[in-house]
Order: sequence, then structure tokens, then C-alpha cells
Amino acid sequence: MSEVIVITSGKGGVGKTTTSANVGTGLAAMGKRVVLIDTDIGLRNLDVVMGLESRIVYNLVDVCEGKCRIKQALIRDKRHPNLYLMPSAQTKDKSAIRPEQMVRMVAQLKEQFDYIILDCPAGIEQGFKNAIAGADRAFLVTTPEVSAIRDADRIIGLLEASEFKQIDLIINRMRPDMVRRGDMMSANDVVDILSLNLIGIIPDDEGVVIAANQGEPIVGNHSLAGRAYQDICQRILGKEIPFMEFERSISFWTKVTGIFSKNGKGN
Amino acid sequence: MKIKNLLRRKKSNEIAKDRLKILLISDRVNCSQEMLEMIKQDIAKVISKYMKIDTKSMEIQISKTETKGRNAKNPSLYANIPILDLNKGT
Repeated sequence: MSEVIVITSGKGGVGKTTTSANVGTGLAAMGKRVVLIDTDIGLRNLDVVMGLESRIVYNLVDVCEGKCRIKQALIRDKRHPNLYLMPSAQTKDKSAIRPEQMVRMVAQLKEQFDYIILDCPAGIEQGFKNAIAGADRAFLVTTPEVSAIRDADRIIGLLEASEFKQIDLIINRMRPDMVRRGDMMSANDVVDILSLNLIGIIPDDEGVVIAANQGEPIVGNHSLAGRAYQDICQRILGKEIPFMEFERSISFWTKVTGIFSKNGKGN
Repeated sequence: MKIKNLLRRKKSNEIAKDRLKILLISDRVNCSQEMLEMIKQDIAKVISKYMKIDTKSMEIQISKTETKGRNAKNPSLYANIPILDLNKGT
């Protein structure tokens, strides 16, 4: 039975595309057949995050308009043979497709894939409506900031109005050191406010930027963010994975860097 | 002096949480703070016809009643109105 997951947030720049790339890649690495769909028409990004930008021939809009078959638009990932990307169009806008076309395309993809992951554009307009149309469940990405959480709450309302049964929360760019100082809301605070099921906490990690520079997903490597994405994928497959204790790993790290900075001051 | 200030100051994550709680109540019910204030004044006016109330410390808020799962939540209006004298006017 295949599952269609839309990755959404409301606010831009909180990490929807990074999350899509890493969750998709992680599931593929676990042997699942996965297709990533970039639904951000006019502002396509998932292809560059995946490092597949040079292979695009056809795109989502071409498929919806019937200019090509689905198979022609799908790009096979260079790392995992069971991972595909459906790129978005860069020259059209959000009104180029309608929700019904999306539903039809997703229904066809369900026959070939275990997981269909839709990277939703920011905002609550046409692009959002297209992206959620064919989805069974949603992952809501937010950062522990007032603006992002406010937008997330609005999205929850819209998803509930569209009768989404399963909405899971991903908290991105967590800074355990700031939480400890009392300068950032904790994961528990965010869960309390939004009252959603938490499926992942991603620590703020330089590795994410470095990986994006190289067009490589970070999931599965030894960085904190890589491990956090790996855990999300395991939870999607139904495994009970406890949440990482960043506090401990970070406090060790701050101790180490603390020693260095003290030495630096001494000099 | 500095330490005293640090102790007294509210942590910024607490401020964020408090702001969000107020913000989301009005976002969720599509009702602004000003409108809530107007509702409050009207309620006070009506109740005042029958009894003496403490309008300064009365509170009203709209919240969602807690039930299992978010889907089943319905907004409801809570009013906390301290009564000063029950037998006004009679």
C-alpha cells in the first residue's frame, strides 16, 4: 500500500525542500520505491538540493498538460536506483495546474511507488491547494519561532478543513544551547502550542548547508541532522525510535569548544 | 545589579510562548483583540443591568475545548466576571 505525504509549512524558508529531499532519500536507502514531486511551480528547488538539476528534460506541468508521459519526466537519482524526482517547471506559475490534475497524476504514481513525497510551496494559495490535493498525510515543518509557528497553526486549520486525518510535526533548526539558556522554545513548547504528533526534531546543523552546496542529501551520515532525518524515516516505517538527546551530545560539544575558547582568551 | 536584572527579566522563550498563545486564539477564531474587547464591554453592560460586577477585573477568552485529537475541538467563550453585589436594583 503506497502512501502520499505532503511536506508543508506555510512560512517559507523553514526547510520543506531539505526535509523532502532527506526523507525521500532516507526511505529509498531503506529499500522503498520513492518518488519526490516538486510542486513549487515557478520556483523549483528540489532538483538543486538533490543535485539533479542538469538532467531535467520534462517537468510536472508537461505531465499535467499531457505533453509527455509520467515516465519521461521522472529523473532517476544518481545514488539510489529506486528513487525518482519529478521536477517542477521554472517558467510557468502556480495556476498552470489544477488540483484534479495532481490527483490524477498521484493516482498513477501510486501503482509504481511505495512513497510519494510532495514538496509543497510556501503560502496558502493555489500552489498549496495543488500540493495537498492528492496527499493522504501531511508533515508540517516549523522552526521554533513565533512567525513560523503562527503560520503552521494556520496550515493545520486549512489541512483539517480539507479533512486530513494524519498531520505530523517536524521541528527544524533546533538549538539545544539556546533552549537551555531560555532563549528558544523547546520541542515540548511547540508541541503544546500546536498539539500535533511529533515525528522529528532536526537540530540546526552546518552540515545541512554544506550538503545543499554539494547537492547531496545529509540523511544517514553521522551529523546530528543526518541522524535526525534517518530517525524520521524509521518512524515513517512504523518503528518506535526515541527522540535524540541533543542536550547531552551538545553539552559535551560545548564543553569541548568551551575549553578552546577559554584557551583562546588566555592567549 | 546585572545579576538582579537577569533574575527579574523574563526569558525570551517565555515571551514567545505567551505571545503565541494570545495570537493563536484570535487567529483560530478569526476574531481580533479589539473585537474581543468590544464583546467584553457589551457583556459587562448587559450583566450590569442586573447585578453589580467588577468590570475592571473581568476576563473573557475564546479557547478550544480539550477533547481527544484536534479535530474534535470546538471553540467556546469563557467569561470570568467577579460579582460585587448580587442585589443591585431589586
